[in-house]
Amino acid sequence: MIEFRMPSLGADMEDGTLVEWLVKPGALVKRGDIIAVVETQKGAIEIEVFDTGVMERLLVEPGVTVPVGAPLALIRGEGEAPGAAPPAAPTPAPRPPPAPAPVAQPEGRLPPPPAGPHIRISPAARRFAAQRGLDLTGLQGTGPGGAIQVADVEALAKGAPAKRAGFDFSQMRAAIAAAMARSKREIPHYYLTDTIDLQAANDWVAAVNGVRPPEARLLLGALFVKATALSARAYPEFSGRFEGGAFHPGAAVHVGVAIAIRGGGLVAPAIHDTADLDLDTLMSQMRDLTGRVRAGRFRSSEIADPTITVSSLGDRGVEGLFGVIYPPQVAIVGFGRPGQRPWVADGQLAPRMLVTATLAADHRVSDGHRGALFLADIGRRLQQPEAL
Amino acid sequence: MSAAEILAVIRDELARIAPEIEFDTLDSAIDLREQADLDSMDYLNLLTALHQRLEVEIPDADAQKLATLDGAVAYIEAKRGAAAS
Repeated sequence: MIEFRMPSLGADMEDGTLVEWLVKPGALVKRGDIIAVVETQKGAIEIEVFDTGVMERLLVEPGVTVPVGAPLALIRGEGEAPGAAPPAAPTPAPRPPPAPAPVAQPEGRLPPPPAGPHIRISPAARRFAAQRGLDLTGLQGTGPGGAIQVADVEALAKGAPAKRAGFDFSQMRAAIAAAMARSKREIPHYYLTDTIDLQAANDWVAAVNGVRPPEARLLLGALFVKATALSARAYPEFSGRFEGGAFHPGAAVHVGVAIAIRGGGLVAPAIHDTADLDLDTLMSQMRDLTGRVRAGRFRSSEIADPTITVSSLGDRGVEGLFGVIYPPQVAIVGFGRPGQRPWVADGQLAPRMLVTATLAADHRVSDGHRGALFLADIGRRLQQPEAL
Repeated sequence: MSAAEILAVIRDELARIAPEIEFDTLDSAIDLREQADLDSMDYLNLLTALHQRLEVEIPDADAQKLATLDGAVAYIEAKRGAAAS
């Protein structure tokens, strides 16, 4: 029998609240299926399963908060007979050993949010409340045993101020604060900056987009992400995780794309196997990801898997940015606002489309010399956009 | 299709992208991206929605012309008028 556990979705996550099961006992599940929704500081996250089999038993009810690593359900693997495993008591599992932290950080740990009292509520009412971001604390239901039903939540909704679904901005701010404080405490950053000539890339994108409808167009941001992914594959010390006092290069490059959330905060979920995607596929995945992030829905693997982050400001904002590495990653590449600026090309002063690219990287893993080569490699790739 | 109807569609689509903005407070002569804090992806999504709902071609080179509400309404009116006649 396979235990499906509360996943760790970032170094700062201690526990999560099960919001909803998307499968029932007896259902076939296969690796990659989304089977549950969990509420974390980063919002509601769709949780994927890593095994294939039959959902044997759900161990945790919606509304319950459990620590990272606690079993949520039992899955009968392929070839296992039904009931082959001894019945596991639905008790919280011992907390798994925390990820080893290189330095003591007594002040850095967030106190775990208080475990909510168990609320009796129908699944439909819970979904209704979750979609509208309603706080059910103290709500007295009118169903059997005081259970909250849809009608109760609807009544609450009429009087409640609207809240954006999926996000608790104070929670998100706390999550960002914890991750960034840990980064600045533990990661000896070094910073490099370079100006990249974007004229070729910009002309190429304009030519490609000229004949396409808006839904098929590319943004320069997709080229930045692809170029960074290819360069990270060539310079593996910038893509991976620093854990347990050592660097572990990523087997594949999964670029985390920083996406601002309207109203405050940001997340940087992964585009998986970024270096292997053609630009159109990458662009459509970035669109899809942005839409889902804004709607407050993204997947567990997207939060857990980035090996390097790209932060791109687009056509508004400032000239350049110096990123803070998201632990346990070891590098973040920043692209400022591309713009026309004076530039000397072939001995002539001329207006050119330029962008300021920056690298913040972990000095425990790499040095400025390699960082400079890495950043220059990104710039070189952007000179041949058709090859991206 | 009247200017008011076009404006209603824009309002509708903008609300999907930026639900928290108050449409009535927008200055129709000022760049929408600045006022509504739209990034490149948001703006592309807005153009995509307008293209699909209003069935107007919006070549990439014209994207800038729709950056204000006044500009967008005028552009769409002209395009639809040209297509109808």
